[in-house]
Amino acid sequence: MNHLVIAPVLLPLLAGVLLLLLRPFAIELRRLLSLLAVIGQVVLAILLLARVHNGEILTYALGGWVPPFGIVLVADRLAIWMLLITTLLACFALLYAVRGTDIRGRHFHVLFQLQLFGLNGAFLTGDLFNLFVFFEILLLASYGLLLHGGGRLRTRAGLHFVVINLAGSTLFLFAVGTLYGIMGTLNMADLARQIAVLPAEHLGPVKAAGLLLFGVFALKSAVLPLHLWLPAAYANTSAPVAALFAIMTKVGAYSILRMETLLFGGDAGLLAGMLNAWLLPLALLTLAVGMLGVLAAASLRQQTAYLLVASVGSLLTAFGLGSSAGIAAGLYYLPHTTFATAALFLLADSISRRRGELDDRFEAGVVMCDRSLLGGLFVVAAMLIAGLPPMSGFIGKWLMLQAALPHPWLAWIMGVILVTSLLAIIALARAGSVLFYRAETAAPASGKPPMASRTRELLPATGLLSLCAALVIWAGPVDEFARATADQLLQADEYVHAVLGTPLAPGRGLTP
Amino acid sequence: MEALVALVIGVLTACGVYLTLRARTFPMVLGLTFLSYAVNLFLFTMGRLTIGQPPIIKATAPGYADPLPQALVLTAIVISFAMTAFVIMLALKARAELGNDHVDGREDT
Repeated sequence: MNHLVIAPVLLPLLAGVLLLLLRPFAIELRRLLSLLAVIGQVVLAILLLARVHNGEILTYALGGWVPPFGIVLVADRLAIWMLLITTLLACFALLYAVRGTDIRGRHFHVLFQLQLFGLNGAFLTGDLFNLFVFFEILLLASYGLLLHGGGRLRTRAGLHFVVINLAGSTLFLFAVGTLYGIMGTLNMADLARQIAVLPAEHLGPVKAAGLLLFGVFALKSAVLPLHLWLPAAYANTSAPVAALFAIMTKVGAYSILRMETLLFGGDAGLLAGMLNAWLLPLALLTLAVGMLGVLAAASLRQQTAYLLVASVGSLLTAFGLGSSAGIAAGLYYLPHTTFATAALFLLADSISRRRGELDDRFEAGVVMCDRSLLGGLFVVAAMLIAGLPPMSGFIGKWLMLQAALPHPWLAWIMGVILVTSLLAIIALARAGSVLFYRAETAAPASGKPPMASRTRELLPATGLLSLCAALVIWAGPVDEFARATADQLLQADEYVHAVLGTPLAPGRGLTP
Repeated sequence: MEALVALVIGVLTACGVYLTLRARTFPMVLGLTFLSYAVNLFLFTMGRLTIGQPPIIKATAPGYADPLPQALVLTAIVISFAMTAFVIMLALKARAELGNDHVDGREDT
């Protein structure tokens, strides 16, 4: 038993509850507490990374119930990698939020911590029903955060977001119920062990449940054709929330990867590689359609939201290759794309507030204050996202294409990734030139005036961009870690052994 | 009994899907509620339908009633209850802010 594993789940929960109780106190105190809690989670993630770095898989059986009978938390390389990315992102999103977003509605910090509670739990849990519960927690918190601050467009987009996710949750439960009805367990390691020896007569229901789960996770990660909810929801919410939500679609991608490698991986007997037929084509389509949305977007926030859709497409293309190199490329690309899109969301907010009533629409307008600094950051973010050398996006895409070389679909993968990269360059260059170059000196006649210079609010976005720079500088060690993670994922046996204490060999029979 | 329960779940799901696809928020909320009823019943049945059996494995009893799906259903009910309350409040807020109860916030033209 290692109590460190449950700490990243407990810390945000306790911090959230404490923040709720501290509501009568000054906002400064609550901001400080919230920041300290997030920094604490970063520290916990680093401590855990140091433990699992050598390939050890830590497990934590809640209440001492031996798996598969109780709920188990599992910390392997992938889970901790996701945890570290989430907490770092949350740190910078919160740093931006404490500059004023958090007082535009009630309970921002409580919801923020509960969102992290759900995210951390979803990455660490080793139980399918528990995953459902953590999904619901993070979604409930996200509904509150999405609507934070209010406004007509936000309410309308929020309603769509809530309803589609409720429908998704229902499907999740149907899938979980079917799996339980057939196999009598919901522990993921135990499920993997039973799927490996699944008799042919149970093939149909398990396959249906597996594809239903895939559909649910595809909905959460905004894969085509289930991506339509994302642009409106993300473009209309407040900037720090949109930045934090950059990780939300990655939770879906994480779940797909976990399911692809653990439940339906190479050892899964009759169902081995079940998702392969679906994942890669859908990912490529998502990438292509997402990038068309980027080209067609009418405002910077909308464009960033579509970039997020396209980034999930690239990520799942890498995961869909199924090889160790492909998954490793995806795991390198994941933090890069999360940090870069989050930074662009924060920059979009800074830009829109400096342009008065023009907001962030792509229309030539006033000259912004802090124009050169803001423009410089925008260029860096755009180069990162478009994947130009020497940025981390370039390394990620290069690793991806290298991993795709032996794949039979090489021509399609290469074509889609390269053409969409070109489209991203065109779209972002156009956006930048409209926002920064085609500006006139005259101030707008009416409406809210553009705000005065305030460079300190650009610090969180700069921090996120420097994390991407760190990914370039330490590309070697990160890539090495990503490869080790991918190898660990493809050895589903290790995971099952760590959780259940027995290898993936034919085990106990089916429950009645 | 299995056929009857299966039929009930099917009808509830069908009603739920139909109502969820409606254009007004109130039928949509009802549809989501029906869907959650259907899924709760479905989860419950996944422990198999038994009558008069103890919820523990006992040497003298001929079988047992699986207690785990009941715990799962309890969790699912609590969550769907909270979600329904939330979505009703959100629908009311949308009605107040957008001026009508269409899910897209505008009347059909």
